[in-house]
Amino acid sequence: MCLAVPGRVVGIEDRDGTRMARVDFGGVVKDVCLAYVPDAEVGEYVIVHVGFALQRLDEESARASLELFEQLGLLEEEFGDAWARAEAEQTAGQEGVR
Amino acid sequence: MKYVEEFNDPQLARRLLDEIHATVTRPWAMMEVCGGQTHSIIRHGIDQLLPDEVELIHGPGCPVCVTPLEMIDKALAIAARPDVVFCSFGDMLRVPGTGRDLFRVKGEGGDVRVVYSPLDALEVARREPDKQVVFFGIGFETTAPANAMTVHEARRLGIDNFSLLVSHVRVPPAIDAIMRAPDCRVQAFLAAGHVCSVMGVAEYPELVERHRVPIVVTGFEPLDILEGVRRTVRQLERGEHRVENAYPRAVRERGNPAAMRMIEEVFEVSDRAWRGIGVIPDSGWRLSDAFRAYDAEYRFDVGHVRTEESGECRSGEVLQGLIKPNDCPAFGTSCTPRTPLGATMVSSEGACAAYYLYRRLEVTPVG
Repeated sequence: MCLAVPGRVVGIEDRDGTRMARVDFGGVVKDVCLAYVPDAEVGEYVIVHVGFALQRLDEESARASLELFEQLGLLEEEFGDAWARAEAEQTAGQEGVR
Repeated sequence: MKYVEEFNDPQLARRLLDEIHATVTRPWAMMEVCGGQTHSIIRHGIDQLLPDEVELIHGPGCPVCVTPLEMIDKALAIAARPDVVFCSFGDMLRVPGTGRDLFRVKGEGGDVRVVYSPLDALEVARREPDKQVVFFGIGFETTAPANAMTVHEARRLGIDNFSLLVSHVRVPPAIDAIMRAPDCRVQAFLAAGHVCSVMGVAEYPELVERHRVPIVVTGFEPLDILEGVRRTVRQLERGEHRVENAYPRAVRERGNPAAMRMIEEVFEVSDRAWRGIGVIPDSGWRLSDAFRAYDAEYRFDVGHVRTEESGECRSGEVLQGLIKPNDCPAFGTSCTPRTPLGATMVSSEGACAAYYLYRRLEVTPVG
């Protein structure tokens, strides 16, 4: 119930003096109140919870996070992929049992 | 950028896991505060991929779960009235009160309706002016802006047949209470990302200093959780305690000022009872004097309802991270999602429901 999910703003309108958006959640479109993120624009992603946009998603921060995660793999390049090695060892072990 | 698939990438998850494995040297226990994070962790098996040294303790961040039995009984009393349309999020309908739940009230003729947003309940009130429409306003700081705005709109539009049954709770006082508990094992917190999307991080430096624990603001996708764990482990290994933001795409340091202003206008801080834990000072909100007329507890005079918690359900210990759900003798036997003893087995964010959904085959005794 407390889960907030990202969705893309596909339309904006004024309703009874309240700024409302149509937000697309991977194909399901719902009405969302934009009162707390009034400057959100069509095409942008917002975090939505129980019918209210709580925050705009920042694409630059998202990309920076993903790039950081990419760089964490430097060890792997030096020492090889430990996961692949473990998997190979496990397979070899199973073959041994047979 | 769709902000979901990208943060589920298995290759990047490996890199984060490698880094955590390479950093950790001794056992650490950290609490993920939010029930949404608990479900993500158990669903993706993240706890099983982490080094044995890293223990995730599941926190009390499930609003359905911490709503006290007494508040459920007040809801049942109001919902049973013939003049009332009682609107709620779906999760609350099967939470057992004393003797029955909202589903039973509905079956007995009560007008109980599931809504997606409190604004839907306000719309019902507008369409049915002869009825008293009550919305069950539970939740943390994420839900508070929605409920605050709905009451504000009710007053602005003159919809006087609408009221809110308020059971709002706040995360920082709960963190403080957990750290003060004598048997506390928590050494760090993964703070709930969307709570911070609303409130920012201003409340955390004081907690970090008082209890000398790292607090890392964490998101909900697998990579977000791994990044929260990675930063937490790094601080713990270095002997540091700071507030860090591992979810910058959705959390600004100052939160959402417009939402915070609305909360401040409509609500005031109050003591709240947490199910299984007890009263935590200043741990919730109630409607402020200016909006008291929209408070269902006053409108329907249910302030006298008093209920004792039952001893059979051990959700209080689960919510404080003292036991895992499958340590409870009732888990998966007398307590299942169909016949729940407590809310932690009902809610889509409850820790017991998460273990039942994804782990029961591993823990149900055979024969």
